[in-house]
Amino acid sequence: MNREFSVRRSALWRVLGCLLALFAAACGRGERASATTRDSRERPRIAVVTHGQASDPFWSVVKNGIDQAAKDMGVTVTYQAPQAFDMVAMSRLIDAEVARKPDGLIISMPDPAALARSLQAARDAGIPIITINAGGEEARKMGALLHIGQSEYDAGKAGGERLARAGVRHAICVNHEVGNVSQDERCRGFLDALTKAGGEGRVLSVNAASPTDMQQKILAATRPEVDGVFTLGPAAARAALAALPSANRLGTTKLATFDLSPEILAAVRDGQILFAIDQQQYLQGYLAIVLLTQYAQHGVLPAAEAIPTGPSFVTRENAAAVIDASKKGIR
Amino acid sequence: MSVRKWLSRPEFGVVAAVVAAWLFFAVTAGDSGFLTLSGTASYLAIAAELGLLAVPVALLMIAGEFDLSIGSTIAASGMTVALCTTELGWPLWAGIAAAAALSACVGLVNGLIVTRTRLPSFIVTLGTLFILAGGTIGTTRLITGRTQVGGLEDAGGFGAAQKLFAGQIGPFSITLLWWVGLTALATWVLVHTRPGNWIFAVGGAPDAARRLGIPVDRVKILLFMTTALAACLVATFQTVQFRGTDVLRGTGKELEAILAAVLGGTLLTGGRGSVVGAACGALLFGMVQQGIVFSGVDSDWYKVFLGAVLILAVLLNSSVQTRAAEARR
Repeated sequence: MNREFSVRRSALWRVLGCLLALFAAACGRGERASATTRDSRERPRIAVVTHGQASDPFWSVVKNGIDQAAKDMGVTVTYQAPQAFDMVAMSRLIDAEVARKPDGLIISMPDPAALARSLQAARDAGIPIITINAGGEEARKMGALLHIGQSEYDAGKAGGERLARAGVRHAICVNHEVGNVSQDERCRGFLDALTKAGGEGRVLSVNAASPTDMQQKILAATRPEVDGVFTLGPAAARAALAALPSANRLGTTKLATFDLSPEILAAVRDGQILFAIDQQQYLQGYLAIVLLTQYAQHGVLPAAEAIPTGPSFVTRENAAAVIDASKKGIR
Repeated sequence: MSVRKWLSRPEFGVVAAVVAAWLFFAVTAGDSGFLTLSGTASYLAIAAELGLLAVPVALLMIAGEFDLSIGSTIAASGMTVALCTTELGWPLWAGIAAAAALSACVGLVNGLIVTRTRLPSFIVTLGTLFILAGGTIGTTRLITGRTQVGGLEDAGGFGAAQKLFAGQIGPFSITLLWWVGLTALATWVLVHTRPGNWIFAVGGAPDAARRLGIPVDRVKILLFMTTALAACLVATFQTVQFRGTDVLRGTGKELEAILAAVLGGTLLTGGRGSVVGAACGALLFGMVQQGIVFSGVDSDWYKVFLGAVLILAVLLNSSVQTRAAEARR
């Protein structure tokens, strides 16, 4: 019996050792973005909290922009996002960052009302805020210096108009992030444009964490009369691309999407996807760091409420040119 | 009360783990906000919310059952409050009452299905988890065309509700008081009342309990209603605090609550456990979740620590208890 216990105890120490090693490794990774100077206390520290889910390639590009800008500007950056789309968890992350008193705060605001309290705490602590990607309409009201992103309703509307011009009359708008106002706005703009052109459409909710679920739901929703599928991100677009051939619908059903990834651009180049709406999210991360650094160091700021980074359209004509940048995680 | 007796208590492992985690983060993240009042308030807020779920879940698990439906019950109750006030124009209290009625029904249905059919509660409540999740998304979109509802601050009675459910005591959230109060109440019921003895008996020796004339089914049904009402209470906190809700609120909370209860020494097989332990499990959870942020590590890594801490705490618990049991021989 005693031997059993000592085995258990040594296992305990082993687990503890692994845990400490992991923590040390993670600490090293967390400071990766900083340059190799000793006096990190002197340099501005900027905290980023977004709602981006780990499975979403879109947010890797935003983070690449953030990391590059941190290198270029010589600032320390921490990046946090909740494990799933969870506004309560996100507001807690903001609270924790505010308690650390960074020199600047960058956040995405998919649900401004839910994050209002945490942002108020940041403002009370005198931390300058820039919002990126989501929540542009409310950015000023929430006390952000400015917003970097695109107007989602207008972008969705532009997408709907384009698909309607291509002859689409019955479409589905695939929402992979239920609960995010930006995604609701995109679908609303899209459906408004489609209805105005004499077509009709509906929203289909799918689970971003499961590509199989997305593919099968899109497959089931693509009834005979459906001639257009509009997805809100590359992962859902990939699922739609996988769903349409198995329904023998590739070519008859027009596919379009928000946001880019290398596979999506290849599909646009080969004509399987009609167009992709690009919001240049790399710039959202990059510019936010640059502007906050300048503001923290010199108090200077562009005299604008918002810097629109999109929408621009990638179509068959210009897709090939964008693929390389997308592979590098910049587009 | 010897040391040995204390070591064999179900809470021992988790209390040790809480102290260890606090020391660990105080050393690694002490200069970056973990030790400040607002930093402490931020992990206590998480702990309080999870603790309010973990305490009734621990009671239910001691009685030998699981409730996986609380995640969606949070979403459904929060949305009920939001829709009743914004769409029907009801005062906030009426909305909260409607949500409480709904969740009481959910608990009643869970309890009735489990006790009448003798199906495992793990499966039954997994079913109600899905039904409520889909029902919430479907109903909300049908009524509003969106998946989030905001603007609760315009509802009648919001000011008073804000004081009660989302108030602050200095830097701390009022949910802390709820958490401490309900943990104390549940501990008293479990340790000092006859129904408390029934809960242990129902989970530990159900057949003997039946023969002794303990109302086994009624105890279980009431405990299912308690977990559902706790979910409704947490939903009310969040809905009032964030002035609105979305259809995904509460996702995954059912597993976090079970995790907190197990950290606190509650057995998966029923018959043994502790309410104070479950509350400490929630505290450990909140500390690890926010501690990672304070130490400046990317949140990508947070689940690694959570999993490791879970295994470590349970290991500590079982090894100490084995030792204590041996020492008694």
